[in-house]
Amino acid sequence: MSKDEQTMKAGNTEQMEANGPKEIIERPKWDNKVQYLLTCIGFAVGLGNVWRFPYLCQTYGGGAFLIPYCIALVLEGLPLLHMELAIGQRLRMGSVGVWNSITPYMGGLGVASLLVSFLVGLFYNMILAWILWYFFHSFQNPLPWRDCPVNANLTGYVTECEESSPVNYFWYRTTLNISPNIETSGSIEWWLVLCLATAWCLVYICFIRGIETIGKAIYVTATFPYLVLTIFLIRALTLSGAADGLVYLFTPNWETLKNPKVWLDAATQIFFSLSLAFGGLIAFSSYNPQKNNCERDALIVGCVNSLTSLYASIPIFAILGFKANENYNTCRNINILKLTNAFNIGDENITLENYDEWLNHLNATNPMEVESLNLKTCDLQTFLDQSASGTGLAFIVFTEAVIKMPGSQVWSVLFFVMLFSLGLSSMFGNLEGVLTPLLDLHMVPPWLPKEIFTGLICLTSFTVALIFTLSSGNYWLEIFNSNVGSMPLLIIAFFEIISVVYIYGINRFNDDIEWMSGHRPNIYWQATWRFISPFMLFAVFVAYVVVEAEKRPTYNTWNPNYVHFPLADVLYYPEWVYVICVLLSVIPVVSIPLVAFYHFGRFLKKTIMNRHNQNPYAVEISFGDL
Amino acid sequence: MLEKVLFLLCLTPALAQEPCFPGSSHAYKVRISIKTALGNQAYVWNDNEMYLFRAAMAFALRSYHNGQEFNVSNIMVCNETPRVSFWFVVSSPENSSVLLKKGDVENAIRKSRNRINGAFLLTDQTLEFIDIPPTLAAPVMPVTPPWLIVFGVVMGAVGAGIIFLLVSSLVQSKRKKNKKTLDEDREDMRGIENGLGCDNLGGVYNTTFSDGDKFTPM
Repeated sequence: MSKDEQTMKAGNTEQMEANGPKEIIERPKWDNKVQYLLTCIGFAVGLGNVWRFPYLCQTYGGGAFLIPYCIALVLEGLPLLHMELAIGQRLRMGSVGVWNSITPYMGGLGVASLLVSFLVGLFYNMILAWILWYFFHSFQNPLPWRDCPVNANLTGYVTECEESSPVNYFWYRTTLNISPNIETSGSIEWWLVLCLATAWCLVYICFIRGIETIGKAIYVTATFPYLVLTIFLIRALTLSGAADGLVYLFTPNWETLKNPKVWLDAATQIFFSLSLAFGGLIAFSSYNPQKNNCERDALIVGCVNSLTSLYASIPIFAILGFKANENYNTCRNINILKLTNAFNIGDENITLENYDEWLNHLNATNPMEVESLNLKTCDLQTFLDQSASGTGLAFIVFTEAVIKMPGSQVWSVLFFVMLFSLGLSSMFGNLEGVLTPLLDLHMVPPWLPKEIFTGLICLTSFTVALIFTLSSGNYWLEIFNSNVGSMPLLIIAFFEIISVVYIYGINRFNDDIEWMSGHRPNIYWQATWRFISPFMLFAVFVAYVVVEAEKRPTYNTWNPNYVHFPLADVLYYPEWVYVICVLLSVIPVVSIPLVAFYHFGRFLKKTIMNRHNQNPYAVEISFGDL
Repeated sequence: MLEKVLFLLCLTPALAQEPCFPGSSHAYKVRISIKTALGNQAYVWNDNEMYLFRAAMAFALRSYHNGQEFNVSNIMVCNETPRVSFWFVVSSPENSSVLLKKGDVENAIRKSRNRINGAFLLTDQTLEFIDIPPTLAAPVMPVTPPWLIVFGVVMGAVGAGIIFLLVSSLVQSKRKKNKKTLDEDREDMRGIENGLGCDNLGGVYNTTFSDGDKFTPM
């Protein structure tokens, strides 16, 4: 077919340009710019913004952590983000197609992104299933994680619950039914299977027509979390003890800046927070019109992501401060009751205010008796230090705080719907990183409608993710989280930026961006793309390997028969699990050299064959002056 | 010998007068926290309230031991403190020097615990009988766990949505296919204006600009 016929047939599809790939099927496009921006923001803003960043901020000296965080954003996050959006918009393909276009030797990058997106999507949706479980249980009065269940003969509470706490029991026993270690697989928990099925169905229904349905769903899922965070912010600031939490969060401790681990964590946090190297951002920007200012988009998405992290940490820490205050008061009230009962003082004569005076007075008069009571020392700082990140924050710490707030059901429902929206919008990016490359590679038979293909992918992922519904599922999820969602991404991103800058050519890239957005990228982008970002990625990768490889990996288990229960029993991974961990890190990235070698092998074969089949006339020419 | 008899004679009424003492094997300790339970509406604990307590105990024992007529005088109280806490023992109605075993008293109290709590507007936690653990309320289990209901609602809505979208996609693609075949027919018809095909327009075929298959390609 000649070029003209092709253009005519294309009709109202995207414009044809000399360097771009030939596309006969109409490529979907965004309804408007807002949809595109919201989708990218929704992909970048995920659960990590809510439960990882506040924890890091608090662990690494509060306000001081913002400095390495901002530096990492400016030197590493924004350049990589801009590059991914630009390359997707220019080459108009998913991750596999883009890297194949730049050079077939780097086609493995696309495959690596695809594998990583698939593996991350598996365990990420399991977390969404847990969130749904808690959401389903928020419609009861009282909330089921408030009280311990009574034992069989109604004389007391279940031992496991009494020794730990009702929220812990509800999470580890009722929800997960967790086994004591990873070797004990237990059985598939049917209730988790139901929740996982619901989660995948919800993802499927939003994805069913590609960006057409995502674009509609994203209006809700990307904006709802901000609404809820604001509501929580207003509520949290009115709770007593909120100020303690906020002061604790933001008090800068400049000493922590001397610890190199802080810088490493800041760099990795900004990297994972922006969801780089998944291929999802490339896919999203490939649906853009070519003449679009991707520089501004990158700046918007990057800054909104970081500001959201900051904004989310305020209500989280206000509520944690409230919880710490409540625990502190409960601790003191228990002591007061002990004293009141032991010394037969009038009911409610000792209050929280005059507790210290009474204690001193009683200590002076009856020191032996006070000693025998074993009063716990209640320290607000200890309670504030009991922070957590990840699932611990959402399902243990926060649920405990919610039961102490009046109107718990409302806050619980709001919180879990917010978490679900955050996770769902990130799942869109993951699934897009899987689907678009497969569609671009034409691995889908044309008679199979896209809806059915999407459904098949969801069904496959659901089936594989059933391992997370076993009793040991939480341990497996931790393995996936720490191995798939970390090192492979760093390697992929490093090769991405090297490919674009040195193989595709930075000058060619600059020309493309000038053509797309109207102005040439300035010195900041040049410096970061060429030297600073690749160097930083390399340094982070080396530091990561050094820090993680020096110790044999361990994991925390929940074992009711452990001597020091409810403290976690720390165990080493068995050998076969360790092998699986290594495989999970290696398999996605091994495709990069594999594809390169494959193409190199083909190139060698072609050269050798050419040398054998040389044109006989060429030999004759060398004899004379024809 | 006489001194011993006199001593014993003096001791026995003394013992008989003091059946209630803290730590006795027949006595229970009671602890009441009115201010914790009622806050501003707390009443003051006085002798009248104590009388009500003894009457309530007698009632409980009467309900448990059908037939035996316990009276307020059978309930003896001692060691009252400002906490408010005190000890009490129960004597048998037939013989006031015989004290009731702890087990019997405990069962009686357990049976009528709600009534006793109600008489004082208190709860199991604020009217405590030390060593008698409150019977925990059996958990109310509805027939269907509420979470399954919410799950059913959500899944139903999602399932309906998926089916609707799939069916509408199918209908749309069928419509497009029909439109496409219609368009193709129309394209074929494009050359046939007024029912005349290109071929039937008449005229001579100009061979000057026909494609040059006849000539050797360069």
